[in-house]
Amino acid sequence: MSPVADRALLVEFGDAVDEAVHDRVRALDSALRAAAVPGVLEIVPAMVNLLIVFDPVATDHAAVSHSVRPLLDGLSHTGNPVALHEIPVCYDGDYGRDLAAVSAQTGLDAEAVIAAHLAGDYSVYMYGFAPGYAYLSGVPEAIRLPRKSSPVRAIPAGSVIIAGGQCLVTTLTMPTGWWVIGRTSARVLTEDPARPFLFDVGDRVRFRRVAAEALDAMAGGR
Amino acid sequence: MARAVLRVVSAGPHCSVQDGGRPGLMRFGVPASGGMDRSALALANAAAGAPIGAPVVEISLGGLTLEVEEGALSVAIAGGGFVIGHGTASCGSWSVLALREGDRLDIRRGPWGAWCYLAFCGDLRAERWLGSAATHAQSGLGGGAVRTGMQLVVDATRVIDPREIPCPVWARPRSEVALVMGPQDRFFGQDRIDLLLGATFRLTDAYDRMGVRLRGPSLAPEAALAIPSEPVLRGSVQVAGDGVATVLMADHQTTGGYPKIATLAGSELDSFAQLRPHAAVAFRAVTPAQAVGMARIRAASMARTTDALRKLRKSEDR
Repeated sequence: MSPVADRALLVEFGDAVDEAVHDRVRALDSALRAAAVPGVLEIVPAMVNLLIVFDPVATDHAAVSHSVRPLLDGLSHTGNPVALHEIPVCYDGDYGRDLAAVSAQTGLDAEAVIAAHLAGDYSVYMYGFAPGYAYLSGVPEAIRLPRKSSPVRAIPAGSVIIAGGQCLVTTLTMPTGWWVIGRTSARVLTEDPARPFLFDVGDRVRFRRVAAEALDAMAGGR
Repeated sequence: MARAVLRVVSAGPHCSVQDGGRPGLMRFGVPASGGMDRSALALANAAAGAPIGAPVVEISLGGLTLEVEEGALSVAIAGGGFVIGHGTASCGSWSVLALREGDRLDIRRGPWGAWCYLAFCGDLRAERWLGSAATHAQSGLGGGAVRTGMQLVVDATRVIDPREIPCPVWARPRSEVALVMGPQDRFFGQDRIDLLLGATFRLTDAYDRMGVRLRGPSLAPEAALAIPSEPVLRGSVQVAGDGVATVLMADHQTTGGYPKIATLAGSELDSFAQLRPHAAVAFRAVTPAQAVGMARIRAASMARTTDALRKLRKSEDR
């Protein structure tokens, strides 16, 4: 547990991303949310660590760490219902503009790349980078590629992009160095005040292939 | 109810609607945003008799000129040493002014400071996102950028007596800023830590609401690192592989994969934001406990200052 300036504690569970480490991050996240530690303002789970932000007027590092320590001993991963989301994705034409490049680098044909992506069992590891950018782990080994050497500008919101073991559904039109393999009509920033973000950390995600016409119809029907 | 319409005659870059921000959503990738100088924003609102987190216009070094097209209202201006032109008169920021139909208000960079806040005696109409009008610059979500040619509409306007707002001594930028080492200082050699605390750095023009890049000696970490992305805070000093340090600001990314050599003390964030590009800055390490003490002293001083402004307003209302 490391202090961060006057207003946070960083709890670290490991140096490398793996499922067991992330399970502990999630377990502490739910334990902390249930415990409602006085003075704690927000809890930010990430890949291998979790940040606890507090109000330094109301509490301090010692008091928060005193409340966190007993939770660390009893971490269990039960009673944490996980939602499964099915995300429609279209890989056709410009929606999957980097499919050919991914094929060339993996030695798989485009259909095999798509099949591999669809076969992945994804889970939401963390949000980061920009509002609603949910990092999904679980990209199959066969289609894992390092990022492009330089970012490409103005990739539209709703793009399904991959890099390394991670997949993302973009929420803003922004530059990215990840590989753009499809487009979805799903919106992670839902515009629903009751549930503004589609995923919670820990949720499972599957992708379902749809044709361009079906995707455009879904997008138009929103 | 009385309303006023203000036309934006000209607005510099980075001029946007801000408020008390939307804290608590970093777990969804959303930084708190809000004022770059949160105390000045709150004091402008307190002087205007508005809730301290109410929507205001944040003005950068590019300045802002408004013309009152309709109605009358008072405004409170705080933050930095900006120069305010009102008709033929001129004053500094930290002023309450009464505007009438046809009046022109000109807010320009002055002797010091990088951000200035225009608060209203009334309610600025502004789009909310996730409960806040704070503009997230990258996405434009929230109240949005303030651009030349647009109109600002203020409802429930009031007119109060013009006067000065006392500028707290801590609202000024300082050339020495306190930080707490870590959380990833272990990736840096002692020579790098000595440089961070001993050398003078300068802010660069690579400065926006997301953060400011510093110029100075290289602080490159000991090894090329691929640390998993982790949550970061406003005030994180992150060092890229090339040794260049960036201080994260109001619209920062919520996670980052570069090691954070240090994090600014919370009580230093507002005055640090008032440093201009090319200004010199040196860093001084304090312990986490000392930084907590500084935060408490600042919070108490801030509470006294806003209370005094509110009492002043109440005695005027009577």
